[in-house]
This record gives sequence, C-alpha cells and structure tokens, in this order.
Amino acid sequence: MSAFLRTWAVAKKDMRVYYLKGPVIIFGLLFPGFLFLAFAIGRDLPAESLAPGLIAMALFFTSSAVTPAVLPFETRTRTLERLLAAPLSLGMLLGGDVLAAFLFGLFVSLIPALVSILFITSTPPRLGLLAVTLLLSALTYAILGMLFSSPPTDNPSSVMTISNLVRLPTIFFSGVFVPISHMPAWGKALAAFSPLTYTTEALRAALGQETYFPVSLSLLMLCLFAAGLWAVSMALHRRNMSRRLWM
Amino acid sequence: MSTIIRVDNLTRRYGERTAVNHVSFEVAAGELFGFLGPNGAGKTTTQRMLTGVLPPSEGTAYVLDHDMARDPLGAKEHLGVVPEVANPYLEMTGWQNLMLAGELYGMKRSARTQRAEELLRELQLWDRRADRAKTYSKGMRQRLMLAMALLHQPDILFLDEPTAGLDVMSRRNIHQTVKNLTRSGVTVFYTTHNVEEANVLCDRVAIISEGRLAAVDTPEALKSHFAESQSVQVAFASPVKPEALSDIPTVAHVEKEGDKLRLFTSQPGRAATEIALFAQRQGLEIVSLNTLGPSLEEVFLSITGRGSHPREEKS
Repeated sequence: MSAFLRTWAVAKKDMRVYYLKGPVIIFGLLFPGFLFLAFAIGRDLPAESLAPGLIAMALFFTSSAVTPAVLPFETRTRTLERLLAAPLSLGMLLGGDVLAAFLFGLFVSLIPALVSILFITSTPPRLGLLAVTLLLSALTYAILGMLFSSPPTDNPSSVMTISNLVRLPTIFFSGVFVPISHMPAWGKALAAFSPLTYTTEALRAALGQETYFPVSLSLLMLCLFAAGLWAVSMALHRRNMSRRLWM
Repeated sequence: MSTIIRVDNLTRRYGERTAVNHVSFEVAAGELFGFLGPNGAGKTTTQRMLTGVLPPSEGTAYVLDHDMARDPLGAKEHLGVVPEVANPYLEMTGWQNLMLAGELYGMKRSARTQRAEELLRELQLWDRRADRAKTYSKGMRQRLMLAMALLHQPDILFLDEPTAGLDVMSRRNIHQTVKNLTRSGVTVFYTTHNVEEANVLCDRVAIISEGRLAAVDTPEALKSHFAESQSVQVAFASPVKPEALSDIPTVAHVEKEGDKLRLFTSQPGRAATEIALFAQRQGLEIVSLNTLGPSLEEVFLSITGRGSHPREEKS
C-alpha cells in the first residue's frame, strides 16, 4: 500500500506539473482529430469504419505524449535528484510517470470513444471489451512513452524527436486508416509488430466490426507489449539514471 | 557515540576519471560533520553515494547500518537531503511541494500538514505558502528545500552547499536551523567549500582534495598541526615597511594586511617580545599587537594547495 501511495504521489506531481495544462489537454484532443480528418476528408469511407482508428490514435498519441519529456525536463530543472534521494525504488518512480500518462490517455480517449458510441457507430458496442482495450492500450502506450524518455538527456526536444519519428510512421501500418485485411502482405507482416495494430483490432471488435486477428490474440499481444516495454524501459533507465546527474 | 555513517574505500569513477578515490571516514550520531573541499574535489559525488543516489564503483558506504549500494531504501527513509543544485517544483506552491515531500516519505496527512506548518513558520515561509515556488527568491527556494528535507524528521540531514549564493538573512536562518537540529540529536553531514562556515558550525571536518581525503579532525586540532602558520599581527601608529621586520630571528616571513603587518613564526611569544624591542629601538608606537593561530582557511589552503596529507583519521 505504501509503495502504491508513493507511486501515486509521483503521478499526482506529474499531473499538476505537466498534464493539467490547458494547451496539453487541448493538444491531446486536437492532434489525433486533425490527423484523422487529414486522412478521412475527401475519401469515400464510412465514418463507422474509421471510428476505431480515431479512438486508437487518441489513445496512442495522448498516453505516450508527455512521458518522454518528463525525465529530461526534471533533469534540466534540477528536480530529479530530490526524487532520487527519496525512498522510492526505480519502479515506483517510473510507475508514477506511467500512471499519470495512463490516466491522461484514458481520460482524453474517452471523449472520441463516447462520440463514436453515441453518434457514429450503429451497432451496440461490447462495453466490457471496449473498457479492457482502453485500459490495456493506455497502459501500453504510457509505458512506451517511458521507454522514449530513457536516453540520458536534459533536452526534452531530443526525446520528442525520437518519439515522433517512431510514433508517426507507426499509425500508417497499424490498421488505423486501412483495415489489416486490405493491406498488402508486407504491410500485414509489419502490422504484427505494432501494438497499435492490436488496439485498433480490439476496438473494431468492441464496436461490432470485422477483425483480422482474433480479439483474444489482440488483448494478449497488448499484455505482452506492455510487459516487454516495461522490462526494456526499466533496464535502460536503470543503466542511464545516474548519468543524468552529471549533465 | 555510535557510528551512524561508515565509509570504507569509497570510490567513484566516471569513465577514465576518478572523482572519489578510496575515501574512508566515520561520522558519529549527533555530530555536525563538515565535508570541505574546493570545487570539483569530489564532495557532491561522495554525498550522492552516501544518499543512495549514485552507486559507488568500489568500496562501501553504510548509513544507519544499511549498505547504500545494496539496500538504499531502508536508509533513505531516515535521511533528509538538500542536493547542491536542486529546485523545488516551480509550478507548484510551497505548500504543495511540502505535501509531495511528505507523501514520498509515506507520511500521513495529519502528520505532514502539522509538520509543514511548523517548518514553514520556522523558516519564515508561512505567509508565502500558497504562492508558486517560481515566485520565490533563491534564498526562499533553498529554505523550502530544507523544509522538504526536514518534513519527515530525518535522523541524518545531508546538506550540499546549502548557503551558496544566499543573502545574509537566508544564510543565518539556515545556520540557526542546522544548529537547532544538532541540539535535538540530528546528525548533519554538511558539504561546503566555505571554510569559515565549516569552522564556525562543525564538530569535525573532513577535507577532500582531488578525490582523496586529506584530513579528518576537529577544526582546532587541524589548526594545531600547522604550527608554522602561527603569527603575530602588529599595527604601528606610523607606516613601517615589512622588510624592516624581516630581520627578526624568530620570524619566518612578513605579510602586509591592510594597515597591519603579520609576522609568521613558530614562536609567537618570543616574536612578540622582539617586535616590542624593535619598536622601542626605532621609536615606533604600537597601536595593537595580537598573537594568532592559523585559520582553518590556511589549513585548508595548505592541504589542498600543496596536496600534503598531514593527518589521517584517528581510528
């Protein structure tokens, strides 16, 4: 319990300092929406088939949006050493950052999810599956954001560049705009390595649409991605954390 | 008194560079221990290893019987730390910063609010508690950092250059708080490059130079090892050139210090008599005559400047 409360303290601090800012929330809502419109406008695609992609993009971009910059920013503003001196394990410290990102991603993604359910889709949604997919995906992308923050730099723009270099191309081969079944063989192979694919697939299933992968596989893959990304992140942060101190 | 910090051959390397080189010392419970050295000597790196922020490359550091390389969390619960270059969260208020500190140390809400009020009043920040830390002066931020370090009532307080660049009021406020803490039994590990501060505050002082520990002792004991730095300070009513006094047999050399002359000697009593005779012979009036021991600053410069190692720690 004590470990969770300390993790929660880090998450609350992140929310106060980094997330609960008007521009961050507005950007979190607008960016996936604009990206979606840029693809959808002028194409003869039914809005219903694009709804899972919109929710998936909102989850992907908002949950992984701020975390990459938190540790570089804390290094620059000289607040990190105080945290490292506190009785927090690395897991608690990074867990707090992930928790804040998870809650932010979940909160912002609920808006397109509700809009889709209420105004776009005609089939009654599988609410349980939708909830599980939102939770698992927000967690996976929050951890992905933490992985991006592992280079020992005090320059937030450096990690944001890396983060965007990975995230932006990912949306084009993850079944967000084009269902996996319509993609060429190489696209299908590439899609299998993207966690976003499984979010989109599970969301399609939750919204009563046809899927390429079985929903159980999508959920399992999201769990595996979350666990794998956490393990890699922890290893990289453990190696790099003390190097931040002499920047 | 029981040993609360035990450091044995502590070493930290950054690539090819050795920042801290086989340092060993002990700190007793309730002691105000000064860790003194010039910039870049390895002070901050040592403190980081002692607070579990940085793992050592070699050697061990036991704090409250916890090995800081293997079990830092057990000790960290009982440590208060004010790092050298550190800030509170500037976007949060002073009060929110303190509450965060309390939560990180697992304090209950009632305990942390009560203690936060006490500390904010003591450190003269109570009226500004609802203001964001970014509106605080440097001195106020440092006092807030001190309050954050003391909130959970630590057994050991680590301070790294806590008064560097502060105004007189803030410095005095921090000094007074540190003195009060030691009176209440808290052990203080005080890292500084300010010799006078260490001289006035600390029970014992360790001097580190180029990563190596050069001396550990009380300020007065350190001074006593530099007998050649004893001196006689004299002021005459009329100007006298330093060379005029350099022929006195017991005087090693003479330095001008403002309107006074300082004569360095290993026999200050005899030198004072000879100065009086000199004044009589020359028809000079003596305005003041004082015998002086070496200052800790002279000891410090002697050790760090020459790299001599006059004394190892008593076991």
